Amino acid sequence: MIGAWVWRVSRWLLLLAFAAFFLLPLVALLDFSTTIPRTGERTGAAWQSLLEDPQMTQAIKTSLLLALFTVIGMVVLLVPTMIWVKLRVPRASRLVEFLCLLPLTIPALVVVVGIKNVYAWVTYLIGDSALTLTFIYVVLVLPYAYRSIDAALSSIDAGTLSEAARSLGAGWFTVITRVITPNIWPGVLGGAFISVALVLGEYTVSSLLNYETLPVVIVLLSKSDAPQSMAASLASILFAAALLVVLSFLDRRRRTTVRK
Amino acid sequence: MSVTQSSSHSAPSTVSPGLAVEMTALRRTYGTVNALDGLDLHLDPGEMVVLLGPSGCGKTTALRILAGLERQDAGTISVGGRDLTHVPANKRDMGMVFQAYSLFPHLTVLDNVAFGLKLRGRSRKDRRQRAGDMLDLVGLGEQKARYAHQLSGGQQQRVALARALAIEPAVLLLDEPLSALDAKVRVQLRDEIRRVQSDVGTTTLFVTHDQEEALAIADRVGVMNSGRLDQIAPPAELYSSPATRFVGEFVGLSNRIPAQVDGETAVVLDARLPVLPGSAAGAGLALVRPESVSVEPDEHGHATVVSVAFLGPVSRATLTLDDGTLVMAQLASAAAGGLVVGGRVRLRITPSPVLVVGA
Ligand SMILES: Nc1ncnc2c1ncn2[C@@H]1O[C@H](COP(=O)(O)OP(=O)(O)OP(=O)(O)O)[C@@H](O)[C@H]1O
Ligand SMILES: [Mg+2]
Repeated sequence: MIGAWVWRVSRWLLLLAFAAFFLLPLVALLDFSTTIPRTGERTGAAWQSLLEDPQMTQAIKTSLLLALFTVIGMVVLLVPTMIWVKLRVPRASRLVEFLCLLPLTIPALVVVVGIKNVYAWVTYLIGDSALTLTFIYVVLVLPYAYRSIDAALSSIDAGTLSEAARSLGAGWFTVITRVITPNIWPGVLGGAFISVALVLGEYTVSSLLNYETLPVVIVLLSKSDAPQSMAASLASILFAAALLVVLSFLDRRRRTTVRK
Repeated sequence: MSVTQSSSHSAPSTVSPGLAVEMTALRRTYGTVNALDGLDLHLDPGEMVVLLGPSGCGKTTALRILAGLERQDAGTISVGGRDLTHVPANKRDMGMVFQAYSLFPHLTVLDNVAFGLKLRGRSRKDRRQRAGDMLDLVGLGEQKARYAHQLSGGQQQRVALARALAIEPAVLLLDEPLSALDAKVRVQLRDEIRRVQSDVGTTTLFVTHDQEEALAIADRVGVMNSGRLDQIAPPAELYSSPATRFVGEFVGLSNRIPAQVDGETAVVLDARLPVLPGSAAGAGLALVRPESVSVEPDEHGHATVVSVAFLGPVSRATLTLDDGTLVMAQLASAAAGGLVVGGRVRLRITPSPVLVVGA
């Protein structure tokens, strides 16, 4: 009896400790971003400026677009490639895995230094826009997206499904888009989420290449207008969390419709 | 095996006349393994041929090459007179049922069956109608809205069969579709596959390593042995007149009893039996089925009873000849009552043709 009681209490204590660990910084951010530093009065000015300060809105727009393009690039590049390799050239799967995990082992700083020359050409050819960061970001998210999609691919019998589809008359494009992809969708969604989170928090590359993405602007502002930078940080964290909830909700709904 | 057409199932909208299949001199090696070693196989229109053989003899390889899922190193394939040797799998028009469960998990049963029709650009109404008919045919008309994981293994294979047949394939291919199922469902479903197949009249190639299954449903059984066809014949003929030692020993049980061949006949024990073509000359071993051996107690017999196993309506007696050869005899259980272990018996062999192989 007492054992069970102790167990329950300690479980709650642990839960509270974790909640405090994760939530306290967020609460602090919220508190700080809604206070006028000198007087201690409450104000929504910092939050309002997220929508009104042109530098900030521009940065938010840039980062969201970057996240979107990165996800699109990742999906278009990775999903067909991985399915193709799995079905047609399984011998190359090791190589692809190695290539995809490579960005993980190279520090962002090295990537930037190495890529600067290439970027001179990129800006020369398609203009100087923060959105050109998409190319680098697609590479940076590869390791994470690869893991997520690979797990999903391994959980289905892709070989048999594709052979069944082919014998029914499906070409390779149909096999990839209408047979395999729908069945690894949770993995693709997971990869997409990680990509979004990564892009919204990426600082090193964009700041070294002098592009004003959200994290860069947050750091800039933290020197001049701390509350506003706090508000932006909190907003981007909340956005990522909300996205996670939406994605897992989508995933769960999929599964329950399947199970109905 | 006789096939009863059940009228409770709606007939499919079209009965295809079936196409002839011709596979000639197919070869396929994997590294040093000769998976197919010059396979020739002909299927008549509407016929159901079962490929039977031990594990690794190349059955799956033959089927997959016919389906276009595997390439051959040499040889040709034609169906209904059309050369398919270099046609890709998705243009071959072959319905396939796999050993592994292969329903698309993200689609309902109905959409699975309609998948091939959709690719062929059939209208939605048309697709649903045809898919529904096919599901009725395999007895799953009520399960249209379910997903694969909500079905039993046997049901999934039925749906896979309906899906393969929905496209009115030129040829139906089945690679051990029943081997993941338990014994009872296996028997039920194999009879059902046979019924459906003769309903729709599609030329069918069925692969299995289960000889009972093969003998039960085939028009003809082809016995494969390391990449080639040893013999292809109707089940009864295969059983009574094996063409090679391999077939005789692989299909059914056979005793190997010393024999002396002399021209067209052989002396086995005291009996003189006609020999099958392909038999060895001179001294050899006759392959004799247990049910061709009859036993009666006899003080002066030349064999001793070792054991008697009761198998229901029949019993199986194990005997030793005086030269030490073990012989199995199958007899009606009523007759087996007279046998005592250790007792002397006389053997008689039914005078049907036997295959005699080199000792
Ligand atoms: N993809 C492959 N790579 C290498 N060897 C293979 C491959 N596929 C088949 N083989 C070899 O070819 C031979 C024939 O294989 P196959 O799968 O056709 O046999 P099977 O008759 O279907 O056997 P089972 O009854 O076990 O299914 C085997 O020795 C097998 O090891
Ligand atoms: Mg096989």
